[in-house]
Amino acid sequence: MDPVVTTPSPQAAPKTFNGEVVERPPRRKVALICSKGSLDMAYPGLILANAARMSGIDAVIFFTFWGLDIITEKKMDNLGLSTVGNPSMGMPTILGSLPGMQTMATSMMKKNMAKLDIPPVREMIETLADSGAELYACKMAADMMKLEKKDFAPQVRDIITAMDFFDKSKGASIIFI
Amino acid sequence: MEPPPQTTDAGVRRMPYIELAGKRVETDQEGFLLNADDWNVEFAQSTAKELGVPLSQRHWEVINFCRTDFKASGQAPGPRRLTKYGGFPTKELYELFPGGPGKLAAKLSGLRKPGICV
Repeated sequence: MDPVVTTPSPQAAPKTFNGEVVERPPRRKVALICSKGSLDMAYPGLILANAARMSGIDAVIFFTFWGLDIITEKKMDNLGLSTVGNPSMGMPTILGSLPGMQTMATSMMKKNMAKLDIPPVREMIETLADSGAELYACKMAADMMKLEKKDFAPQVRDIITAMDFFDKSKGASIIFI
Repeated sequence: MEPPPQTTDAGVRRMPYIELAGKRVETDQEGFLLNADDWNVEFAQSTAKELGVPLSQRHWEVINFCRTDFKASGQAPGPRRLTKYGGFPTKELYELFPGGPGKLAAKLSGLRKPGICV
């Protein structure tokens, strides 16, 4: 009775013959739409894109509406964590609306992320671009907020329309955040 | 023809294994070594060949750093640790390991997948 002998998964292992690579499996791709600008909603998209890149999966990120804050030079270092109207926070709205609560909650979240060595938003954007992820801003949202390419981080490749985004995400799994 | 092999204990799955240095070494379903001490250079070379990664001096520097860092932290370093503490720039890591430095570097170093997504 022999134990099971396994081969590496198709995603990782190209077909080989006599040690030479003869065929590669199709590349996986993920396309993320980041539409929120609070600190707690910025990270899911960025971390998912990074995890995809770490696994060799191509990643395209489309920042739209409040998601533009994540890539706007003046705002990306100051994203906040809302304590009002957020049932997951575990505190009543009347308490959450007191002055200083949002700042305190944001500061606590940043400290917890630093303890786990999770980089700040700006550094995550730089890492994502270096790893080959494509970052784009939504044209409609940029026009609404009167933002131009110079207002965004240098890692943002271009301002594109939603139709362009669908062209770029051909064959990709689309995730809306 | 013999019937297919049955498990000896009810519900126990046998783990996959490979032959390494003349002995059977357990791996997970994707071919990552379960025990970091089972690793040797031959495993890295044969896995790299299977995955189409040509091992250079720089690849070995990454592998050595991964194994040293694993001893210090208990898990394989993700790309951020490799950049921050190992001194390997992100761009270079993705050039050395196009299939994803997180998984590939860990696999070639005989470690489990990194437990963190940065």
